[in-house]
Amino acid sequence: MRSDGKRRRASVGLALASGAVLLFLHGPIGIILLYAFTTDDSSYTFPPPGLTTRWFGVAWQRADLWQALELSVRVAGMATLVALALGTLAAAAVWRSRFFGRDAVSFLLVLPIALPGIVTGIALRSAIGLAEIPFSFWTIVIGHATFCVVVVYNNALTRFRRTGSSLLEASMDLGANSFQTFRYVLLPNLASALLAGGMLAFALSFDEVIVTTFTAGQQETLPLWIFSQLTRPRDRPVTNVVAVFVIAVTFVPIFLAHRLTRSKGDTGSSA
Amino acid sequence: MPEVKEAAVELERVTRRFGDVVAVDNVDLRVADGEFFTLLGPSGSGKTTCLRLIAGFDLPSAGRIRLHGADVTDRPPYERNVNTVFQDYALFPHLTVGENVAYGPMIRGVARDERRRLAEEMLALVELSGLGGRKPSELSGGQRQRVALARALINRPRVLLLDEPLGALDLQLRQQMQAELKAIQQRIGITFVFVTHDQEEALTMSDRIAVFHRGRIEQMGTPAEVYEEPATEFVAGFVGTSNILRGEVARRWIGRDGVFSLRPEKVQLLAPGAAAPAGFCTATGRLRELVYAGMMSRYTVELDGGGTLVLVAQNLAASARDAAPAGAEHGRSVLLAWDPAHNRPLGAG
Amino acid sequence: MLAQFSTYLYRRPRLALALLLGPPLLWLGVAYLGALAALLVQSFFSLDHFTGQVVHRLTLATYGDLFTRANLDIVLRTAGMAAAVTLAAAVLAFPLAYYMTFRATPRARGWLYLAIVLPLWSSYLVRVYAWKLLLSKEGILSWLAAHTGTGGLLEHWLALPLVGGPSLSISTTGIFLAFLYVWLPYMILPIQAALERVPRSLLEASGDLGAPPRATFLHVTLPLVFPGVVAGSIFTFSLTLGDFIVPSVLGNSSYFIGQAVLAHQGTSGNIPLAAAFTVVPMTIMGLYLLLARKTGAFDAL
Repeated sequence: MRSDGKRRRASVGLALASGAVLLFLHGPIGIILLYAFTTDDSSYTFPPPGLTTRWFGVAWQRADLWQALELSVRVAGMATLVALALGTLAAAAVWRSRFFGRDAVSFLLVLPIALPGIVTGIALRSAIGLAEIPFSFWTIVIGHATFCVVVVYNNALTRFRRTGSSLLEASMDLGANSFQTFRYVLLPNLASALLAGGMLAFALSFDEVIVTTFTAGQQETLPLWIFSQLTRPRDRPVTNVVAVFVIAVTFVPIFLAHRLTRSKGDTGSSA
Repeated sequence: MPEVKEAAVELERVTRRFGDVVAVDNVDLRVADGEFFTLLGPSGSGKTTCLRLIAGFDLPSAGRIRLHGADVTDRPPYERNVNTVFQDYALFPHLTVGENVAYGPMIRGVARDERRRLAEEMLALVELSGLGGRKPSELSGGQRQRVALARALINRPRVLLLDEPLGALDLQLRQQMQAELKAIQQRIGITFVFVTHDQEEALTMSDRIAVFHRGRIEQMGTPAEVYEEPATEFVAGFVGTSNILRGEVARRWIGRDGVFSLRPEKVQLLAPGAAAPAGFCTATGRLRELVYAGMMSRYTVELDGGGTLVLVAQNLAASARDAAPAGAEHGRSVLLAWDPAHNRPLGAG
Repeated sequence: MLAQFSTYLYRRPRLALALLLGPPLLWLGVAYLGALAALLVQSFFSLDHFTGQVVHRLTLATYGDLFTRANLDIVLRTAGMAAAVTLAAAVLAFPLAYYMTFRATPRARGWLYLAIVLPLWSSYLVRVYAWKLLLSKEGILSWLAAHTGTGGLLEHWLALPLVGGPSLSISTTGIFLAFLYVWLPYMILPIQAALERVPRSLLEASGDLGAPPRATFLHVTLPLVFPGVVAGSIFTFSLTLGDFIVPSVLGNSSYFIGQAVLAHQGTSGNIPLAAAFTVVPMTIMGLYLLLARKTGAFDAL
């Protein structure tokens, strides 16, 4: 039974390697949590000399943080709305019809996230420069929506394909016009996928820094605030607190989006 | 004759092309009011496309479509007084069974209580009373099929379209549903246009059948007409089985030139030297294969001078030994005889 | 009204399609393709070094500025890092993806999937920050090294040319670790998807034909999963090429492409040179995508 023992060893080795990779993926997040409570305010000493919650209070008082947060939320909200509308339309078109250049549409949608972020960034910066558009809330939103569309598109298209076209035909057959069919059949079947896509788009936009660097001008989103702290640390303890906050804010929608797209499929596809 | 009545569905020179593929090729069709009309054909023959054109899910490339005299050629599905039972049932997964059935009235703006009553009535018709609160995913295949039927009938369409509705059911349930569908059709008295690839289903259920092949209708007629008088080689082979006699074989045993269909059950198996009934066609040959199939047996005979003929004989044997004799039969000479009226000359198709 | 419009559109499927496709195509066409075009145009402009103004006249001068020894170093440094990160990510991703597909129960697989997707979507910036904490001189890695007696080893490593630096938090090794960490999920997912598509019957057939597990892995599993690895590498490669966050947080004055672009457009206001610089990663990615296409990686995306 030599080969059995060998196989068992290989199996244990595989499990250990997988565990190590998982630790590599998640350990650093734990470090962030720990540092939010350290009493050390001028370096990153490990182990922390002491623990405190006072930095949360300090961060709460910072007006610059609130402003950055507000801008980030507004940008992410608007970018998500635009992405929802455009992504759903594109997915519907690609799903419903076979037309010349269908693959090109998919390709065009993926391009903004497939090309390096600085390309999108500097491209938008060039266009803004050439057209002499002043930097504003909208210049940030345009950049964000451009790469958020594909997230919604993917989610919606997957759901469309699972929904099957006969449901739409059944609805029209029973007397519903296209808009009623959208309202009573398509939207209810699509809703959770759109919610998931929207949340992912929000998380993506809320966290974006590379493209934003080029489109924000003097404005400061939360990620830009963090980035400036990373290169020139001035408020280490506050940065630690903000890091924990950002992790929490992005984890929740991702977790929910994951649940929405997974569990729904089991009941929906069997009919 | 059904043709005398007003046509419930009328297709006039209808063609549907998908790129270079002609799915429906210049089809003319008239379905009489109240008829159980079947579109029969193998997959890819154009029968389903034809049904989708009638429903309005697809628009024809050329030709006109009329429902009860009204031209609906380019009207969308929701402006046609027909309803469809889908092959995959297409029940809305997010709605309950009751809501599914009440979908049509809901769209028409019927009040909640009234449409609930209507739905209950329809569910009773398909013997699913009390299941209105369930989700489609909680039903069996046969039950979903009934829900799809109830949902399609609630709008009181003048024509019901059924796209292989029994295809997903097992044999026993299928036969039961065939009988029920037929009963429901007779009870409510509306036109059924039924698509199937199962020739037996078509023969047992239909008033009339249109046999599709490569986008065209090869033959249209009552089940007996289609079976007894197949017009083309394709129909002879697709609806039931047939011996096709042509060329030398036809000249030798029938005494005529041409292509003929001869159904296996029309041929009698006689002992060599026996007297065939007067005026019958006869042929001689050797028995090559005997397949015992319970209520009947299938014989394959190698004809003298080339060619084979298959015939089916009803099983009249009284014992196992008689019914399925051992290898002794193999190669023995036989005499075959049949009424020349059964020689059906075939068109080119 | 709506019903009539619906009917009108029903008869004109091409118009309906145009209405569906119009807004997204218009947006991406104008906001994105238009911007890319602007980028290309800008790269053919030049900066007047005396006035600091961009001269709107087509010239190749900016590309001439691009091909200097220093810039070539930047490109090589970045591409080398992208390649190293890609390779390491493939090596790390494989066992986890393999475990997920062939060993884990369906329930565990769901959780593992979440465990990979969460870092993928969660704040990239904060995850880079985590490495600043981990790698800093007084941070946990140094502490670990000191307490396990490997402090000397770490010193030696940091003293090496190419990979070292004054401390872990300002070193090429640090940049490499952070890149590997932030892009690893992008490699795991395509590999896992590719493994999932390997028909179990094929593996059984191979075992059935007498192949030992190692041979099955080498001759059946690996070739079938290769497109997944290439698909993952598209992400890790492209993301590393275009990043300026990690090297600015953990690096020294040796620039990566992203930093050079940022510096040229920002402090020196030389948008033409910044634009010309981004043509480099675009060209590299274009060539890479062409190669990747041959392996069938696009089906694995």
